[in-house]
This record gives sequence, structure tokens and C-alpha cells, in this order.
Amino acid sequence: MIRIALPLAGLVLLALAPLALSDYGLGLLIGMAGYVTLASSWALFSGHTRYISLATVAFYGTGAYTVAVLNEALPYPLVLLAAGGIGAALALLVGLSTLRLAGVYFVIFTFGLAELVRQLITWYEVTITGTLGRYIFLDITPAQIYWQLLALAALTLALTAWMHRRPLGLALRVIGDDEVVAAHAGINLARVKLVAFTLSATIITLAGAIASPRWVYVEPAIVFNPTVSFLTVIMALLGGANRLWGPLLGAVPLFLLFEYLSVHFPDTYPIFLGALFIAVVFVLPEGVLAGLEKLRLRRRPTTREAKA
Amino acid sequence: MFLTILILGLVLGGTYALLALGLTLQYGIARIMNLAYGEVTLAAAFVLVALFKAIGLPPLLGTLLIVPAGYGAGWLLYTVMMRPLVARSGASGRLEVDSILATFGLLFLIQGLLLVAFGANFTSISYLDRGVNILGVSVALNRLIAFGVCVVAGGALTLALARTRWGMVMRAVALSPGSAPLVGIDVMRVARQGFALGTALAACAGASIAMVQTFSATDGVVYTMKALIIVIMGGVGNVPGALIAGFALGLVETFVVTTIDPGLTLAATFAIFLCVLLWRPQGLFGRG
Repeated sequence: MIRIALPLAGLVLLALAPLALSDYGLGLLIGMAGYVTLASSWALFSGHTRYISLATVAFYGTGAYTVAVLNEALPYPLVLLAAGGIGAALALLVGLSTLRLAGVYFVIFTFGLAELVRQLITWYEVTITGTLGRYIFLDITPAQIYWQLLALAALTLALTAWMHRRPLGLALRVIGDDEVVAAHAGINLARVKLVAFTLSATIITLAGAIASPRWVYVEPAIVFNPTVSFLTVIMALLGGANRLWGPLLGAVPLFLLFEYLSVHFPDTYPIFLGALFIAVVFVLPEGVLAGLEKLRLRRRPTTREAKA
Repeated sequence: MFLTILILGLVLGGTYALLALGLTLQYGIARIMNLAYGEVTLAAAFVLVALFKAIGLPPLLGTLLIVPAGYGAGWLLYTVMMRPLVARSGASGRLEVDSILATFGLLFLIQGLLLVAFGANFTSISYLDRGVNILGVSVALNRLIAFGVCVVAGGALTLALARTRWGMVMRAVALSPGSAPLVGIDVMRVARQGFALGTALAACAGASIAMVQTFSATDGVVYTMKALIIVIMGGVGNVPGALIAGFALGLVETFVVTTIDPGLTLAATFAIFLCVLLWRPQGLFGRG
């Protein structure tokens, strides 16, 4: 019971937070909710299957760009729907590649994909429409953006929790351990991978669409910033990508740290980012949660026996 | 028209081939997929320009200095950063993911250092910028020199790998790291050499880029991507494949720039790359 009640209470508290906070505090909350969503939905597919996707920003940017193009033509709910639809369609196409590519090939493929999408949109805007930048004028307050992102983050976590208990989650875990074994155990690899990847990418696209009014001015170089892909991966890994609360635990402190660094050390903060990333890979390859567990088990070896 | 594309494309392809050769050595021999490869290339390019501007060191002489420095840097990088990862992963496939993630961090680290040291502006030098006539096509002299550097370095390495005992040891580790120790090969040492050599080639390619092109501190990703595209087209770890694919990419790029639209160069190369990746992941010249 407490497993459901506690997160719900937290969610209610967080939903009420904008009433008490300044504009700056609200901005921080929006950023946090955004990255929790990104890291959690990234982990939804990559956490268990270990297909490291660097294409996060390809979907995130697509979502933001869809809003930028459609925000004057359609009512807002339809714009979101369109962004989700485009994201899902793109995700199906990209997801098909996971049927052929694994390991390093998949990483490179997704790494290149984000650049390709950015290049194509830049080229299209410069030569066909003749305008590189677009404006988003929507009548949406920051608090509304925050509530939407919070809802999306909660939805992602709920979806992850639900999947962990379903055959789909188990299938993803088996795929991560050994794809050949998974195939022999009767798991429909194509379907499982496609479903999980499409879910994950659609949520990422929606997050981009919802967050986009914050920018007001949008151009490919802004919304397809590779740092977003990078941050998402490092946050999920820091917390522990194969756990329900792992990405959240990684996203919140890292977002605050990056915010602090980019304000106080605007020139040198990529150096800190890089060094931190390397440190995470070296010191906590399985994430903070797994590291804590290991520490606890070492201190009290009896708990392991009790659990078993 | 056709001849122009051919000659300019081959000259550009020389740099690309060299760029890819280094990456394919690092991945083929040391098993490290280095996403920071383009940043290393750029660092060499910046150092060359800085030396040229500060003390007037001729770029060709600078190249001779930068290549051994690159070897040393690669050696150090492998010892400090990659070796613990290799030791941790043992024989499992974890090294692949770990090395990708670690070098992804390295990418930002080096990029940040370059931004602090050299700023975010575009940099270039004018060095021997006069045209030379080859079969009726005017080619800038600096491009020819860069091409020459690439041909000499790439050719010497290819020959050494194919003909010498040292090259055989390298190929043995690339082919079967598990059984190489059985015949008395110190795999860790060879892997370190391979990684350092790859870094030296990256530095050499960076030097030749500095002689010819305009570049900025944030361009590293583009070079990494191009090197990756070539390596995958040629087949991972396949040296002749990388050379051929490098020249092919130079030709394709020049073709797109001159006949279709300069803005679409990268998109065109990515499109080719994605097709190759999906259609023949083992590379155009790979077996399987």
C-alpha cells in the first residue's frame, strides 16, 4: 500500500508546489520534471535491453519543432496529439533498425540520426521555406507547462512500474541478458523491442512538445542540442537505468548541478560534465541504487540470506 | 566537370581515409569505440594553428611534431582511462558499452578544454593557398600537400601492417584477442600500441585538416561521424576497406557539393551510411 500511497502523496505535493514558489523556482521544477521524464522514458527501453540510444534529442527536438510549425494552425491539444503521432511514426521507423543493429552499431546509428534530422530540417528551412527560426506564441503559463510535464513524468513512472510486472518487462530483461536465449524462449523479439522503443520515444517527443513554449524562439540548433541526449543518458545511468526510481534519482541532483555550473561557470562547464560522466562510468557503472545496495549487503551479510 | 569532381574528391578523400584508418585501428585492435575521436583530431588541428600563428612554425614541420605527440597522448589515454575499463570487463562484452560511454564523456571534456583554450570562433590559416594545375583542374597547393601527407602516412601504415612482423602481431590481436596470448603476444601492450597509433593518425589527419579547412571547437562530432561512416562502410577493422571507403566518401561529398546542394553534404553521407548500416552492417567489403 505504502508503495502507491507515498508516490501519490509526493505527486500531490509537487503539483501544489507552483503556488508557493517564485518564477525561478518554478523554472527549476520545470527543468527537473522534464529531465525526470526524459531519463525515465529513456530507461524504459534502454535500461533493460542495454541498447544505448543517443537519439533522445532527435525525438525531443522533433516534438518541439512540431509545436513550432503547428502552433498557429491548430488548437493546442491537437498540436500535442500531432507531435505524439509524428514521434511514434518516427520511432517505429527507427525502432525497426533495432531488429538489425545491436551494440556499437546501434549506438552509432542513433548518434548519427540526431545529426541527420537536424541537418535535414535546417536544409529544409533554409532552402524551401526561407526562414531558419520560428516563434511559438501560445497562451500557456509556466505553471501549466509544469503540470503537464509532471503528469507525463508520473505517467512514465507508472508505465515503467506496470511494465516491470508484465511479461513485456520480463521479455525486455531477457533480451538485455541474451538475445539468442530470448528468441529461443519464445519471445517475439521484433514486437517487444518495437513496442518498448516506440513507447519510450513517443514520451520523449511529447516532453519536447510540452516544454517547447518555454523557448518562444525555436531553431534547429537550439532544439537539436546533443547535450540533451548526453544528459539523459548520464542521469539514467547515475541513478541506475534498470530500476524504477533510478532515473529520477539521477536526474534531480544532476539537473540542479548542471544548472548551478552553467550559471556560475558558463565557459568551463562542459569540462565538468565530461569529467563527471567519466567518473560515473568508472565508479558507479550500475548506478547509485545498485551501489548503495552493494554497500548495505557488505555491511550486513545476513540481510542477503534473509532475503533469499 | 567529371574530372574536377574526381580530382577534388580524391584529394578530400585522402584526409578522410586517414581519419578513418586511425579509428578502425582503435576499434579493431584496442576494442575501444572512441566517440571522442573527432575531438582529438580537432585538438591536433588547433595546436598546429597555434604553433603556426605564435612562432611561425611551418605546418609541415608542425605535423612532424604533432604526430609523435599524438602517439604519446594516445598511449597515456589508454593507460590512464581505458586500461581499467578493459581490466574490469574481462572477456565479457561490457567493454564495448563502457568504452562508448567513457569516450562520450571524454568528448565533452576535450571540447570544453578546446573552447576554453581557443574560443568558439572559426579558425583557419592561409598556407600555400595558390592553385596548381592538374590535368586542367586547379587544385590549391595546400590541399595537395595535405593529400601527400595522408598518402604517405596511410600508405606506410598499410604496408607495415601487411608486411612486417609487427603488423602481423597487430593483426593477430585484431583477429583473435583470445588466442593471441597463446603464441606469446602481450595483448594489453599491443592494444595500447594500437590505440596510441590510432591517436597519432587522428593527429596527422587533424594537421592536414588545419592546413586546408576552416574549423571550430564544436566541429569534432562531424569528424567522428565521418570517420565512423567510413569505418562502417569499409567494414570494422578492415584497413583496405577503410581506405577505399574514405576515398569513396570524398568523391560522394564533392559530387553533392558541386551538383546538388552544399547544405545537403552531411545529410547525403548520413543517408548512405544508414543504408550501409541497415543493409550490410558488416561493411561493403566485409565477409558474412
